[in-house]
Amino acid sequence: MNDAANTDLSADAPVSPAAPTVRYESQLRRVTRRFLRHKLAVFGGIGVILLIASALFADLLSPHDPIFIDTSLRFLFPMDNPSYPLGTDEIGRDTLSRLLHGGRISLVVGVVAMIATVVTGAVIGLTAGYYGGWIDNLIMRFVDTMLCFPQVFLLLVVAAFVTPTLISISLIIGLTSWMEVSRIVRAEILHLKEQDFIQAAHALGASGARIMFKELLPNTMAPILVAATLKVATAVLMESYISYLGYGIQPPLASWGNMLTNAQSYFDTVPFLAVLPGVMITFTVLSFNFLGDGLRDALDPRLKMDQ
Amino acid sequence: MSAPLLQVDDLRVHFRVDDGLLKAVDGVSYELGQGETLGIVGESGSGKTVSSLAVIGLLERPPAEIPSGRIIFGDEDLLTYSENRMSDVRGRRISMIFQEPMTSLNPVMAIGLQISEVVRRHLGMSKRQARERTLELLNLVGIPEPSKRIDEYPHQLSGGMRQRVMIALALACEPMILIADEPTTALDVTIQAQILELMASLQEKLGTSILLITHDLAVIAETAHRVAVMYAGRIVEKAPVKEIFQNPRHPYTQGLLRSIPRIDREREKRLTEIPGFVPSLADLPSGCAFVDRCPQAIDRCRRDTPMIEAIGEGHQVSCWRAEDG
Repeated sequence: MNDAANTDLSADAPVSPAAPTVRYESQLRRVTRRFLRHKLAVFGGIGVILLIASALFADLLSPHDPIFIDTSLRFLFPMDNPSYPLGTDEIGRDTLSRLLHGGRISLVVGVVAMIATVVTGAVIGLTAGYYGGWIDNLIMRFVDTMLCFPQVFLLLVVAAFVTPTLISISLIIGLTSWMEVSRIVRAEILHLKEQDFIQAAHALGASGARIMFKELLPNTMAPILVAATLKVATAVLMESYISYLGYGIQPPLASWGNMLTNAQSYFDTVPFLAVLPGVMITFTVLSFNFLGDGLRDALDPRLKMDQ
Repeated sequence: MSAPLLQVDDLRVHFRVDDGLLKAVDGVSYELGQGETLGIVGESGSGKTVSSLAVIGLLERPPAEIPSGRIIFGDEDLLTYSENRMSDVRGRRISMIFQEPMTSLNPVMAIGLQISEVVRRHLGMSKRQARERTLELLNLVGIPEPSKRIDEYPHQLSGGMRQRVMIALALACEPMILIADEPTTALDVTIQAQILELMASLQEKLGTSILLITHDLAVIAETAHRVAVMYAGRIVEKAPVKEIFQNPRHPYTQGLLRSIPRIDREREKRLTEIPGFVPSLADLPSGCAFVDRCPQAIDRCRRDTPMIEAIGEGHQVSCWRAEDG
């Protein structure tokens, strides 16, 4: 029986005449090509690259020390003084330097929180969807319970017990916002696990874990990616909420959130102090959303947009 | 025939639903010999797929229940196997290919990887060995340019190609039994012929036994050695393929054969259909399930359920009037 298997049958096996000669293209090139055709995605991608670069090189790009106070230069308007291109705040700190360093913190919080959210949400959603029955019920009722509390309350409760550091804040945000991801993943899994290829995988002797992580999970990548980029955006916002309430990034360190908070007292006189971090948050959120959208279209091999 | 490779014995599969008990498979017995193809024919809902899913252990229980029956494979009853043990059998000793090649492959995994995973799982091969084995298998099932195709995704292949990949997957570990559930239904007629030919030639090379489930008598005529005809959860007639076509004894089999167009029959003659509909499994008539549609029914058919009995060499029928001819 074994010898027979090794016999080459191709010579007499019929070759489908319909088989088209497909131009061969590597996966990476195809994804890149699709991505580049999506204009907003390119915009988002460039935006994200700029943000990451500015965060990485914040020290080099900043004209001043972001926490250096010079009370003689309070409330400088942008371009008033060429060495302070974006002006200064209420105690004379350079706004540009603070934006750059704040961006570093916001991005770290955003990305770490996103990873925590997605990993937790995906594993929980996958477990609930795959096993179904009482396990699913138990998990999803727990998710409902978590969703009943406004996230800010959850954040504050946890934050009251944890010393605020960059990582602890990120994890707190991540661990209080995984519920939507788990719902999305569960819904996808419920639909996917009834598909023929999952039954085929069972019929070929695949184990439960293999089916969960190798067959099901990769098929939920598109919605997970979109959720992930959205989560970066909301985490940036969440950080500003808790900073505003005094549990977040502590002064004098700058984050876009606490800059926005400080600026609100002077909004009627020096609006740019609030507008600048606001614009940065908006820009970040949009860039990540567009990027996620473009990635979803480009990565999904099921979408045939080649012609 | 020597000792059969697989012996299904009085298998019953019930589904508990809101309004009672559906007897999807109601006492089915058959045996499958080494290197043999057994065709199981029947309409939708006759229990042919459910009985084969029971063999490979893919019925979800609940809702399915198996109140009685044995599935003897290599001296052991597969129904007593734990899920873990069964998953070692699946894909290794018993494999299955499905009707829909379009959806039976993971859309986001390259086909080569899907095949490699199976041989690594069951045969413990290294990545490199598995890739070589995969190329060999793609070659075996007649995929042109396997070294290119191996990294392609299912959507890049035609339906026929995908079914070839499914066959490669199912045969990757040289299983002893291949269950083919309507393997050609979703394909064009020309591709159908190619796939059937491929299955037959692979069977010859590998000595695989095939359980071929179909509603297409043409497919049966072309591939099967023996045929079991199912109706409403039971086997009504079982015979070698020639015998079924030349000497059908159950009125249902006779009806099926009369309803196929034949090139050697006069054109003017209308095709005859079997009157009535398949009865609902929840509401079967007492006695023989076919009684309401049977042109030869007698009183006894309504009272007692006929048992399957031998009437000739390898030919069994479950009909009270089989002896009458």
